[in-house]
Amino acid sequence: MDRNHLKRQVDFMKRSLLDQGYLDEQFIQLEELQDDDNPNFVEEIVTLFFNDSARLLQNIEQALVSGPIDFAKLDNYMHQFKGSSSSIGAKRVKNECTRFKEYCTAGNAEGCFRTFVQVKQEHAILRTKLESYFQACISFIWQDKLDHLGLQEVKLDDYMDEGGSLIMDLYYKYDEAHMIK
Amino acid sequence: MGSKTQQSQTQQHHSVAVRLNEQMGCKRGFIQAIRDWLLTLLLIWIVVMVFLSMTVYNRIDADNRVRRKDLLVSMCDQRARMLQDQFSVSVNHVHALAILVSTFHYYKNPSAIDQETFAEYTARTAFERPLLSGVAYAQRVMDSDRENFERQHGWTIKTMEREPSPVRDEYAPVIFSQESLSYLASLDMMSGEEDRENILRARATGKAVLTSPFRLLGSHHLGVVLTFPVYKSKLSASATVPERIESTAGYVGGAFDVESLVENLLGQLAANQAILVNVYDITNSSDPLAMYGHQCQDVDMSHFHESKLDFGDPFRKHQMICRYHEKAPMSWAALTTAFFTFVIGLLVGYILYTAASHIAKVEDDFHEMQELKVRAEAADVAKSQFLATVSHEIRTPMNGILGMLALLLDTELSSTQRDYAQTAQACGKALIALINEVLDRAKIEARKLELEAVPFDLRSILDDVLSLFSEKSRNKGIELAAFVSDKVPEIVMGDPGRFRQIITNLVGNSVKFTERGHIFVEVHLAEQEKATVNAEADTCLNGGSDGGVFKAENCLNGGSDGGVFKAETCLNGGSGGGVFKTETFLNGGSDGGVFLCGGHQFKTLSGCEVADERNCWDTFKHLIADEEFRSDASHNMLNTNEASEDVTLMVSVEDTGIGIPLSAQDRVFMPFMQADSSTSRNYGGTGIGLSISKCLVELMGGQISFISRPQVGSTFSFTAIFGRCKKNAYNDKKKANSEDLPSGFRGLKAIVVDEKPVRAAVTKYHLNRLGILVKVASSIKIAVAMCGKNGSLTSRNFQPDLILVEKDIWVSGEEGGLNFQLLDRKQNGHVFSLPKMILLATNISNAEFDKAKAAGFSDTVIMKPLRASMVAACLQQVLGIGKKRQQGKDMPNGTPFLQSLLCGKKILVVDDNMVNRRVAAGALKKFGADVDCAESGKAALTLLQLPHKFDACFMDIQMPEMDGFEATRRIRLMESKANEQMNGGAIDEGANRKREWHVPILAMTADVIHATYEECLKCGMDGYVSKPFEEENLYQAVAKFFKAKPMSAS
Repeated sequence: MDRNHLKRQVDFMKRSLLDQGYLDEQFIQLEELQDDDNPNFVEEIVTLFFNDSARLLQNIEQALVSGPIDFAKLDNYMHQFKGSSSSIGAKRVKNECTRFKEYCTAGNAEGCFRTFVQVKQEHAILRTKLESYFQACISFIWQDKLDHLGLQEVKLDDYMDEGGSLIMDLYYKYDEAHMIK
Repeated sequence: MGSKTQQSQTQQHHSVAVRLNEQMGCKRGFIQAIRDWLLTLLLIWIVVMVFLSMTVYNRIDADNRVRRKDLLVSMCDQRARMLQDQFSVSVNHVHALAILVSTFHYYKNPSAIDQETFAEYTARTAFERPLLSGVAYAQRVMDSDRENFERQHGWTIKTMEREPSPVRDEYAPVIFSQESLSYLASLDMMSGEEDRENILRARATGKAVLTSPFRLLGSHHLGVVLTFPVYKSKLSASATVPERIESTAGYVGGAFDVESLVENLLGQLAANQAILVNVYDITNSSDPLAMYGHQCQDVDMSHFHESKLDFGDPFRKHQMICRYHEKAPMSWAALTTAFFTFVIGLLVGYILYTAASHIAKVEDDFHEMQELKVRAEAADVAKSQFLATVSHEIRTPMNGILGMLALLLDTELSSTQRDYAQTAQACGKALIALINEVLDRAKIEARKLELEAVPFDLRSILDDVLSLFSEKSRNKGIELAAFVSDKVPEIVMGDPGRFRQIITNLVGNSVKFTERGHIFVEVHLAEQEKATVNAEADTCLNGGSDGGVFKAENCLNGGSDGGVFKAETCLNGGSGGGVFKTETFLNGGSDGGVFLCGGHQFKTLSGCEVADERNCWDTFKHLIADEEFRSDASHNMLNTNEASEDVTLMVSVEDTGIGIPLSAQDRVFMPFMQADSSTSRNYGGTGIGLSISKCLVELMGGQISFISRPQVGSTFSFTAIFGRCKKNAYNDKKKANSEDLPSGFRGLKAIVVDEKPVRAAVTKYHLNRLGILVKVASSIKIAVAMCGKNGSLTSRNFQPDLILVEKDIWVSGEEGGLNFQLLDRKQNGHVFSLPKMILLATNISNAEFDKAKAAGFSDTVIMKPLRASMVAACLQQVLGIGKKRQQGKDMPNGTPFLQSLLCGKKILVVDDNMVNRRVAAGALKKFGADVDCAESGKAALTLLQLPHKFDACFMDIQMPEMDGFEATRRIRLMESKANEQMNGGAIDEGANRKREWHVPILAMTADVIHATYEECLKCGMDGYVSKPFEEENLYQAVAKFFKAKPMSAS
C-alpha cells in the first residue's frame, strides 16, 4: 500500500460516490476549502452533519409517530435537514428530503412515512460510505506524511487494527520521526 | 418554483391572449354575431325572394289580364255596335220597303206593284240589305175575304207545310216575294207559330219585330225573321193597338241570316281569330237561344264579355258574348321577369352569404393566427426564460464533468489516457463556452441580462484580452496591438465582464480569420474620433494648410525622386496619399521613399492594407496630435469634458484577414450565421458571438458596425457609453480593480525605433503608461543622431535610458551595421549612461536571438503583443529595478482576487443550520476573511449592536423565530437610528469616520430566483449569494459592494 495506490483508492472512492449520486460537486467544493490551515475541514463538517442530522431525524421520527401529524413542523425539520445535506453535497439524501417535503406539502402522511424510511436509509448508507472514505483519506494522509518524513518502510497496514482504524503506535512513530527531522 | 413561475407566465400570456380576444370581440360585431344563423338567413332570404318573384309575377299577370279584358270588352262592344248598326240599317230598309209597299200597293189604285215589280225591285235593291236573305210581303186576308182573295190570285192559301190552309180567322199569304224567297209565295205566314206571333206583335206595335232564332228554310242557317206591318192608312204615333190591328193591311218580312251576317261582319274585322263571338236571344232569360256561334270546348271560359244588342225590337233581347278563343297565353314577360328577379335575389343572397361566411372564416383564421402568434411569442419568451433559468442546471453537470476530468488528470495516467482526458477536457471547455454563449443570448432575449456598473480599467482589460490571444497570434505571426487614447479616462463605470466579452469576441474572430498582417484594437473618445474624421475630410477636400506645408517641405527635401513619387501618389491616391508621404519624408528621407516605392505598403500597423482607412496613420496622427495638444495645453478642455456624466467610447478592432464576403455582410450580426457553410468548416465556431456582441453593445447604449473588404480585412467598430468615475472615488477603485503597474519606471526616457508610425505609437502608448517618456525615431540612424547630439552637445536634452528597436528594422543588414556603430560609439563615449537596447518582436527564432545578443541587445526580448504589465516585467528584468511585484493580481476574477477582496474582512455568518453555518464560515475563511457565526436572527442582532466591527453579514433567509428578512429590517432600523443621531450630533466626527452605518447584508438562499432577490432588496439587503457557495457567484456579490462601498473597507 504505497502512497500512489492509496491516492488512487481515495480518488476512486470519491469518484464512485459521485457517480452513484451519493455526493455532488458541493462536496468537491468543500474539499477545495480544506487546506493546511484547516486540514480536517471536510471531516469536521461531515461529523457535524451526522451529529446534527441524528438529532433532526429523531425529532422527525417523534413528530411522525406521536399523535396527529403536524406537517408544518415536519416540513420545518426537514428543511433544516435538507439544508445541511445540500451543504455537504449529500445528493441522494437531499433528493429524498425534497420528496419528503413534497409529501408534507401534499399532506400525505403515508408518503411521509415511506420517504422517511428512505431518508434514514440513504443517511445510513452515506454514513458508512463516508466513514470508509475518510478512513481511506486518513490512510492516504498518513502515508503521505510518512513518506514525507522518509519512513517509507513503515507501512500503514502494520498500524491498523482489525476495524481499520489507526493505532496509537503510529502517532508515536510519527512524533518521533518529526522530532528527528 | 420554476414550474410555478412558468405557470404564472403561461397564465399571463393566456390572459394577454384573452384580453386581445376581448379587444377583437368589440370589433367583431355583426357578422360574428349572426354567423350561426347564416344558413337560416339564407333560406329565409330565398323564401322571401320566392314570394317576391311570385308577387311580381302576379302583378304583371294581373296587369296583363286587365289589359286583355279591356281589349275583349272593347272588341266585343265594337262588334256588337257594328252588328247592331248593320242590323238597324237592314231593318230600316225593310221599313222602307214596307212603306214602299203601302205607298204603291195600297195608296195607289190600282196597285202599282205586282209580284214582278216587287221581285225586280227587291232584287235590285238587295245590295242594300245584305243581311236579309230575302224579303216578302204577306197580305192580311180575313177569312171572309179568303175566297175572294184566292180567286183574285188564282191560288189557294197554303200552310207552311204546303197544304191548303185550314180555315182560320185571318191569313197572311205571301203575295210578293223576292226571287230568293219565291218558295214562300202563297204560303200563309200565320200558319207558322213563330211567324204568326211575329205578325201579331208587329201589327200591334207598328214596329219591326223579330222572331226567335230558328233554322231558315232555305239555308238551314240560324236566322230570324223580321216582320214589319203595313198599314192601310197613315197612323199617328199614338195610335192604339186595336186601331193598328184594324188598319193593318199586310206584313213585310225578311229573313235575317244571322249566322252569315255575323260571319261577314267578323270577317271584316281584325283579330277575328282571337275571339269567339256568340250571339244569343235572351228574351227568355232562363233559356237563351243561340243565334250564332259554336260552343267550343277549348275556349277560355274565364273571360267573357256580354254586350247588349238592340235590334230595334223592344220585345226581343239579344246579347253578344265574346270570349277569347284561346286561354290567355302564359305571360312570358311576367314569368321571365319574376324568374330573373328570383335569380338575382338568389344570387345576391348567395353572394351575401358567401361573403359573410368568408368574412367569418377569415376572422376566425385571423383570431386563430392571433392566438398562435401570441402563443408563439409566449413560447419564444418561455424558451428564453427557460434557457435563462436552466443555466445553472446545465452548467452544474458540465462543471462536474470538467472537475472530474481535472481530477482525472491529476491521477497517474498513461500518455494516451492523458491525451484522451485532455481532449475531453478541452471539448468540455469548448462546450461550456458555447453553452455560456447560448445562455447569454437567451438571457439577453429574455431581458434578464443586466449590466453592472462598476468602475474598471479598460486598458488593463484590453491587455488581458491581448494576452489571451498572444499565443495564437504569435504562432500565426500576426501582430496584435492595442491602443487607448490618453483622453479616455483611466477608470470608467461599466460592466467590465461584458466589455471584455465583446472585445474578446471581436479579437477572437479577427485572430481566427487572419493569417498575416495585424490585428489592432483602438479605443478613442467618440467625439474625438468624429472631430478628427471631420478635420481629415477638410484637409482632403481643400488640400488644407497642413498638407500644403508638408508637401512643400517634401519637395525641398526629397528632391527629384520625391517629386516623382509625389506625383505618382497624388495620381493614385489623391490628397490623402500626399499626406502620408510627406510624413515619411520628414522622418525618414529616402527610406520612406523606398517603402512607398513598393506600392504595397500602407501606413497601418503592419503595413498591410486594411478595409477601413480611418485607422491609417493620417487619421491616427491627428488623434495623437490632438491628444498631445490637449493634454499639454488645455486643462479647461478636460474639465469641460469631465463635467459630463457619461463618456462615449469608440472601439475599433481592425484586422487584415480574409474579410467578409459582400453577400454575407448584411447578416453578420444574425445569430448562428457565418459567412457561409465553408467558413464554419474551415474555421469552426457557431457564429453566435457577433450577435451577442451586438446585443451587448446595444445594452451599453452604443452601436456596432463594420467595414470589410474581402481579402483585405475587416474593421469592426462599436461605440459604448460608460460612466465617468468621480475623482474622489478614483484612488480606492484603482487600488481595488486595476492591476498595479509598477511606478519604478517613472521618468525614464526611451527611444522607440520603428519606421511604422502606428506601431511606434502603440509602443509609445504602453511605455507612457509606465511613465516613461518616449521619442520615436523611424530608423536607427536617426535614433543615433538623437542620442549623439544629445550626448555630446547638451546634456539637458534627451538622454535615453532605453532604446527599443523593432525587429524588422534591425533585421535588415544595413541597420544591423548601424547598430554596431551606435553601440561602439556609446561604449567609447559614455559607458555609464549606456542606454539599454531592447528588441521588440512578434516572434523570434533562436538564431536571431543569438544574433541580437551578439549585437548588443539585452537578453530580454519584449514579445508582442505588448502589454503594460508585461513590458514592465521585461524592463524590470533588463533594468533590475522594482523586482517585487504583488502576486495574485493577475486575474481580476477568481480565487486570488476574491481572496484580496475578502482578506482581513470581518464577516458575520447567520444561519440556524449548524452545518451550513460551518460550511459558509469555512468557505469565507478560506478567502482570508475573519468569520464570526450567529445561529439565529436574534443573536445576529446582538452581535450587530452598534458600534460593531463587522464589514459584512451573510444572512440565511429561512430561520425559525426571526427570519433573515426580519433580522435585516431590524438591523437597518437600528442603523438608521444611529445615523440620525450621528448626523444630528457630531457632524465633524462623522465626516472623519464612516459617513453612515450600513453593514452590507447578503442573503444566503438555496433557490436563487428573482422574486427572492427583490424581496431581499426590499427589506434592505444588498444582494444575495446562492447556497451552497459558488465562487463566481460569491465574487460577483462581494465585489459589487466592496468596491462600490469603499468606506466600509476600513
